[in-house]
Amino acid sequence: MRKADEIGLKELKNSILQERDPRKPCITICGGTGCHGYACEKVIAAVENEIERQNLKDIVNMRVTGCHGFCERGPIVVIYPKKVFYQRVAVDDVAEIISQTITNGNIIERLLYVDPNTGVKFIHEDDVPFYNKQKRIIFGNNGKIDPTNISDYIALDGYNALCKALFHMTPEQIIEEVEKSGLRGRGGAGFPTGKKWAITKAAKERIKYIICNCDEGDPGAYMDRSLMEGNPHSVLEGMAIGAYAIGTHEGYIYIRNEYPLALKNVGIAIKQAEELGLLGENILNSGFDFTIRIHKAAGAFVCGEETALISSIEGKLDGPRPRPPFPALKGLWDKPTNINNVETWANVPVIIDKGADWCSKIGTEKSKGTKIFSLVGKVNNTGLVEVPMGMTLREVVFDIGGGIPKGKNFKAVQTGGPSGGCIPESLIDLPVDFERLTEVGSMMGSGGMIVMDENTCMVDVAKYFLGFLEDESCGKCVPCREGIEKMREILTNICKGEGEEGDIELLEEIALTVKETSLCGLGQTASNPVLTTIKYFRDEYEEHIINKRCPAGVCLDLISYSIDAEKCNGCGACVRPCPTQAITGEKKKLHSLDQEKCIKCGVCYETCKFDSIIIK
Amino acid sequence: MITLSIDNQEVTVKEGTTILEASEKLGIEILKLCYLEGLPPYGACRLCVVEIIKEKGNQIVAACSFPVEKGMKVITNSDRVLKRRRMIIEFLLARCPDVQAVKDLAKKMGIKKSRFKPKNDDCILCGLCVRVCDEIAGIGAIGFVDRGKKLKVDTPFHLASNVCIGCGACSYVCPTGSIEMEFDAAKRFRESLGCEHKCRYALMGLVSYKVCSNNYECWRCKIDQRIRDTLKTHPIFAAKEIKTEQVKQYFSFLKKIQE
Repeated sequence: MRKADEIGLKELKNSILQERDPRKPCITICGGTGCHGYACEKVIAAVENEIERQNLKDIVNMRVTGCHGFCERGPIVVIYPKKVFYQRVAVDDVAEIISQTITNGNIIERLLYVDPNTGVKFIHEDDVPFYNKQKRIIFGNNGKIDPTNISDYIALDGYNALCKALFHMTPEQIIEEVEKSGLRGRGGAGFPTGKKWAITKAAKERIKYIICNCDEGDPGAYMDRSLMEGNPHSVLEGMAIGAYAIGTHEGYIYIRNEYPLALKNVGIAIKQAEELGLLGENILNSGFDFTIRIHKAAGAFVCGEETALISSIEGKLDGPRPRPPFPALKGLWDKPTNINNVETWANVPVIIDKGADWCSKIGTEKSKGTKIFSLVGKVNNTGLVEVPMGMTLREVVFDIGGGIPKGKNFKAVQTGGPSGGCIPESLIDLPVDFERLTEVGSMMGSGGMIVMDENTCMVDVAKYFLGFLEDESCGKCVPCREGIEKMREILTNICKGEGEEGDIELLEEIALTVKETSLCGLGQTASNPVLTTIKYFRDEYEEHIINKRCPAGVCLDLISYSIDAEKCNGCGACVRPCPTQAITGEKKKLHSLDQEKCIKCGVCYETCKFDSIIIK
Repeated sequence: MITLSIDNQEVTVKEGTTILEASEKLGIEILKLCYLEGLPPYGACRLCVVEIIKEKGNQIVAACSFPVEKGMKVITNSDRVLKRRRMIIEFLLARCPDVQAVKDLAKKMGIKKSRFKPKNDDCILCGLCVRVCDEIAGIGAIGFVDRGKKLKVDTPFHLASNVCIGCGACSYVCPTGSIEMEFDAAKRFRESLGCEHKCRYALMGLVSYKVCSNNYECWRCKIDQRIRDTLKTHPIFAAKEIKTEQVKQYFSFLKKIQE
């Protein structure tokens, strides 16, 4: 294809749009990681076969897109142009979808989404409560684009912002625009992006670098991954604009090797963009050069820290360096380096395209724009949600997330990944933005949000996260390496019933030392799970230490299972599943549970329909 | 030049100086384990933490790596700093209860016993050996292996190194005595004569390398002894300085051309 310039790009977009009939139905199937977990590739193959078999190529199009966000309900199929939303689609449903919905225009009731709380059925994607409360500026295009086809992105005004930046704006104007939009780093710390760019731009070095940090390592968080998989061009475009503004010609994408689909898609995207002259030498005939290289990362959590990431690209051990000097002045190979997270880069084209004023209207006073959260844990609608900053936790968890499954009570939500804090029910009306989350002892982090129900033990949660951090600490500085280990040991003892009086105070003392004296962000935030759980759930700690009891019934050493004599009707349902034959009893008579044999696996509790198994 | 105050004493230093260097100028002692003059700051032991007074709330930073700022107010021995420092020493004491250097530090700070379970390790992972080998000797025979609590100093794959020149700098800088020189190492080097193990001075271009007349026993080498005696430090540090001087001389003609 001919390399495009400014007019060429517009012509290309028009020709793509002319080729496409907006009224022609298009079956889009989510090909994101969540849906792959539900074997969406089989559905994709089935749709392909069915179209082939019935020879419907002229009547219907098919597109495999990136993540739609509603991962709980995968595999997701949306039929354009009406946006009919089908969820949990199986291979057997494909023939019916094509014969009914495509050919006859009928809706298949059983594939529609039903709100578990109200029982209402929804036909169109935009009506589903999970989607209609969101503001999907960055993430919305994921469901419309085939990430391996650049035409889809260009058809949606893709690379328009790059054109605008290269031909109608000076680098200073771009930085000013980004600064005015109030964009802050989406990777965790929330440093103003425009300011960061300005510092790197002002550095007096000929060679500079920009890096896209896609080393998302939080357990349960996958928004950067999904964005990279589903809409890689938005990140590339953002990086190209950033490179032009900062005045650099080389960029790196640091991406985990555990993200094979993201690696593949971003590789294809770079190749396609280079073929069209949207990346590489002489971009859009403007005289500006910018190449992007992919750096496959070995998957260390600490490499989310920018200085550790830089060491890793340089081929050194993945340890962080003391800051200052900050990477903006002395980064990769000692050259000024600007590092931004995937989501931050993806925000840039929107800001340039729609203008800073439009963007700064969304959000709160100090936190502008939207943020993608990965809503996981004990919540009905697991998935990726993009909401304006300042939305309350209640709205996110209950309105979008659909509340807690099985009618249980909400207990806490952990934001910001393993090193974030647990926010209790009393603070559920907290608006989500950088400042507010920090005030309550948690953080925005990269946007993980783990919901916990009443059956969660907060001591156990703190122990779990510290265990993760203990494994992921690089071990360079003493407080992080030794302190996290010591805290985890104390928490393990408390969970075993070996906690002693004074343990809580000791934990707090260690936690503050680790927080204040650690070398990098990993250690400085590692205490958050401990400090917040002590702050908001101190009674639970005391119950473990003083009364040797786990109120949530989680810590195995502190609980015992027994049978409620009044409720047990001797149905025998629990007898067979018990792996150690600890439950015995004749039919229709009271069963008994042998404490010696019981391994506290909880199978009987799950099986019993009459709530006759008691956890003490 | 930048003027700042450390423990209410004013000091003026060059831009780019660290807090630690500035406080040394005032004669204020700050505890440290992983810092060594001549090596870039590493910031691993965190013993050198000090408090910077700020309006928004005081900040705790590592003095060894934090550069001075104009009008900065630093306190090296506030209650908060001492509390944190004590905890770090307790961590180290639990890790290495039998190491004299750590015991001395603990005594200095008035800590009798660590509240944590002892681990009986003898390495505090300050990284001095690794950095000296890599950055001063330029060899890189040892490095860090694994991460987190499993982190340790080792040769690649725990094999006898075939690049080690046996200079002993790692052992010289080790504050805990965790690395000891093997005295039969010299014998090993002799056996592998002609392959990778070379005299450090030969490697640095200070003596021509053929066969060592001292059987690779450096303590019998006149050059080695002379450098040790005159410079009162490990030869590797001295040799490094001499070498850079020589390099400067070699390249001085370039400057003349430029001028």
